Amino acid sequence: MTRYLIRRLGLAVITLVLLSMVVFLVASVLPGSVGRAILGPFAEQQSVDNLNEELGLNGPVHIRYLRWAGDAFRGDFGESYKFRAPVMDFLPGAFVASLKLALATLVIVIPLGIIGGAIAAFRKGRPTDRIITIVGLTLAVTPEFVVGIVLILVFAVRLKWLPPGGSGDGTIGEQLKAIVLPALTLSAILFGYIARMARAGTINALAADYTRTATLKGLTWLQVMRRHVLRNAMLPTIAVIASQMSYLLGGLLVTETMFNYKGLGLLIAKAAEDRDVPMLMASVFVVGVFSMIMTLLADLLTAWLNPRVRLEGAE
Amino acid sequence: MSEPALAVDDLRLAYVVRGRSLEVLRDVSLRIEPGESYGLVGESGCGKSTAAYAAIRYLPPNARILGGSVRLAGRDVLAMGTADLRHLRAETVSMVYQDPGQALNPTIKVGPQLIEAFTVLGLQPDEAAHRARDTLAKVQIADPELVLNRYPHQLSGGMQQRVVIAMALACDPTLLILDEPTTGLDATVEAEVLQLVRDLRIEYGTAVLFISHDLGAIRSMCDRVGVLYAGKLVEEGPADEVFDEPAHPYSVGLLRCLPRHGSRKGAQRLESIPGFLPEPGADLPTCVFVDRCPLVDDVCRTEVPEWTMFDDRSVRCHHVDKVPAIVHAELPAGVEVVIDRSTPPVLELKSVSKTFHQHGKKVQALRDVSLSLYAGETVGLVGESGSGKTTLAHTVLGLHPPDEPDTIYCDGQPLVATARRRADDQVRAIQIVFQNPDSALNRRHSVRRIMSRTLRKLAGIPRSEVEPKLRDVVSSVRLTEQHLDMRPSQLSGGLKQRVAIGRAFAGEPRIVVCDEPTSALDVSVQAAILNLLADLQREEATSYLFISHDLRVVRYLSDRIAVLYLGRIMELGPAERVFDGPHHPYTEALLSAAPSVEGNSRPRISLEGEIPSAVNPPSGCVFHTRCPRRLDGDMCSTIEPPLTPTPDGGVIRCHIPFDQLSRAGE
Repeated sequence: MTRYLIRRLGLAVITLVLLSMVVFLVASVLPGSVGRAILGPFAEQQSVDNLNEELGLNGPVHIRYLRWAGDAFRGDFGESYKFRAPVMDFLPGAFVASLKLALATLVIVIPLGIIGGAIAAFRKGRPTDRIITIVGLTLAVTPEFVVGIVLILVFAVRLKWLPPGGSGDGTIGEQLKAIVLPALTLSAILFGYIARMARAGTINALAADYTRTATLKGLTWLQVMRRHVLRNAMLPTIAVIASQMSYLLGGLLVTETMFNYKGLGLLIAKAAEDRDVPMLMASVFVVGVFSMIMTLLADLLTAWLNPRVRLEGAE
Repeated sequence: MSEPALAVDDLRLAYVVRGRSLEVLRDVSLRIEPGESYGLVGESGCGKSTAAYAAIRYLPPNARILGGSVRLAGRDVLAMGTADLRHLRAETVSMVYQDPGQALNPTIKVGPQLIEAFTVLGLQPDEAAHRARDTLAKVQIADPELVLNRYPHQLSGGMQQRVVIAMALACDPTLLILDEPTTGLDATVEAEVLQLVRDLRIEYGTAVLFISHDLGAIRSMCDRVGVLYAGKLVEEGPADEVFDEPAHPYSVGLLRCLPRHGSRKGAQRLESIPGFLPEPGADLPTCVFVDRCPLVDDVCRTEVPEWTMFDDRSVRCHHVDKVPAIVHAELPAGVEVVIDRSTPPVLELKSVSKTFHQHGKKVQALRDVSLSLYAGETVGLVGESGSGKTTLAHTVLGLHPPDEPDTIYCDGQPLVATARRRADDQVRAIQIVFQNPDSALNRRHSVRRIMSRTLRKLAGIPRSEVEPKLRDVVSSVRLTEQHLDMRPSQLSGGLKQRVAIGRAFAGEPRIVVCDEPTSALDVSVQAAILNLLADLQREEATSYLFISHDLRVVRYLSDRIAVLYLGRIMELGPAERVFDGPHHPYTEALLSAAPSVEGNSRPRISLEGEIPSAVNPPSGCVFHTRCPRRLDGDMCSTIEPPLTPTPDGGVIRCHIPFDQLSRAGE
């Protein structure tokens, strides 16, 4: 297990370095002059050049990268062009807000998806199965902005139960209220994937020889399910949840913008709009780190559940 | 207790498929007394497994009981409620089936899984754990504590099956059902497992229902046997009598399909049962076997045969008196082909080694294997799993390169190491027939498409000339043109394997690697496929590298045999000598492990322990750790014996001189 962990962490570090390079390169080839963008179209060329110089945008790319990466390593992502304040003043708050949204989504969608999938598996081929599968697929292919708008129309505009959007701050009650609709939007998309995998996993586990062994031992249905079916059924499902993590983060971008929820997604969208390169790089990088951590956690969970992965190479 | 362990009376069972009710068991009645062992034989699709699962009422949702009764230790299984059924399974009946690796939950350690079988009986956890350790010791697991703490995948197949058997014995069952318990295990392991079951059955006084396609295993295990055909029991009686003097034409056919002790392709073709098993649910004629029976006459077509009883036996046939006189089918005798070994060999392996690297460890799968294969010759590869048979075949095919380049020659030319880089004619020259035609053929394509594509791509035949060539290939593997438009899923296992063989032969190969080509087939189909392979070899002078765990089959088809152990050739020589001796101690043990249908099996030489790991092979002679004839002193454990030539042109790797290798009793 330790070896597995070390290997995974090593890979994570390498990925991190590569990610930072890609982010930096992409940001540095964005068209247009930063100085011009900040100072506006009527500023003199001389001041634009001076500002570019001041921002350190004129050196060779690898020097600039190393300087940025070195600073970033110490937790300094530079100053936002737009706000003229350190990026780190904005990043942690947005990160926490997004984390809350992601967790809220997972708290809603994982149990629903797994239970839905398992029910579909037990009712395989019957109407319940069809309904769950069709609803899941339909939601999965409906864009976030459609689901989001429908939810806003119903719960905010018509029923007035929940706010149509808003920041992730205020009292806990307000925060919870603000988080429900965006979390539901993201859950709607993910439900189909998770339910499908949970269904397939459960069907396989139910048909497996070890389930027959357990039944023929004379265990009760509940014991068979709990000890033998569930754990094996969940293995592929967890892998899917892990692979959907990066989607979840992408979905955050659209959803947060739509609900004006002040998370990383909104920060990225705004930074891109304003050509606020340091803010953009920092937030994209943090999203990357976030995604990696989630994937790592999911892999560790898989390993914990599956002795074959865990003990690989240990013999 | 005078109640039979299992009493099945007039059981009729059907599966509902797309609204149609397909009857698979038709009035099956059988009785197993306490402590008795009963074998069920018959081709696949005859209803053997369905009968077994009906006995514990573990049936798929589409199964319907149409009539009859099943009583287990006097209790009506079909009428009881869920809770009673659960108690019955926990306390009275157990089951062991094929593929123990699948039967154990891969995510839970062996300990909790085994202990569960005791706690379900109401035992307290520590008492259950104690009993679990005892039971593991009973199934001859040397270190129960270690095994309890392992996950199933960390155990070998034989160990896994012992654990499953331990689990089955937890409740000291009245009836133990074994459904192909040794299929997929090595002959040596199979022999151990069967011996274990035999011993435990006596110790526990358990009745056994044994299902196997391996007639030898059935004979060695069972007091009585029932022969099932198309869901109907056609013959029943004491095992030895049924095997020695079968009284139903179907039993006769089943037994004659097997290559008999010592029979060879050159001497005699194999008999097979003509025609096919009726589809499940098909309307059966009066006598179920009427369409395939050599004795058929008008009575058979108009009257249902009742049970004819004599001695302890019962047979459902109108012509019991004529059965012993069923003549052997008119078989053209095999043609003995003399293999010309003065010409250069078709395939030559010169000290081929293959090392795999796994997690930084070196696994030597093949070491210094030298072998020549001549035109029209079959070399059989024999050995337990892990001996390197498949690695050798795959290396020749170019699926992975040997350690040293230019160690394999085809027609005198060095073979390019990997198939991907081989020129077309080298690829064409070496083809393979796999064990499982289902996964070897693309199920979405018609037979025509599979074959014609092979002809164009592999044999390089232009599109316009494919059609006549296609007809040649189809007729050479005894298929008809109507099969061309079918998809593999519409064909039976035997027909699929013919397609696979036709595909392999389409490019007129020099060498065909046959990797367990008949292992997934029923004996009657196996016979037809072996005949086909023998015919094609004679007609085309193709050479075979033939792998099978079934030694009778290997002997039938092979001219020479190579015995492998831990990636080394232990012995190579003419088939008759390797089988009849004098032979290597390993060969001797391997041969003695296979149960024989003829009954008079030689005393089994059991090998100690399991095949050692190729990561860390034993010093000296690699076989010395398990060798029953290990010499006194430390010669065997320190010096690896060289391959010594034998008078018949073979080689043998043993410190014991060749003339002293005859078995002790001879």
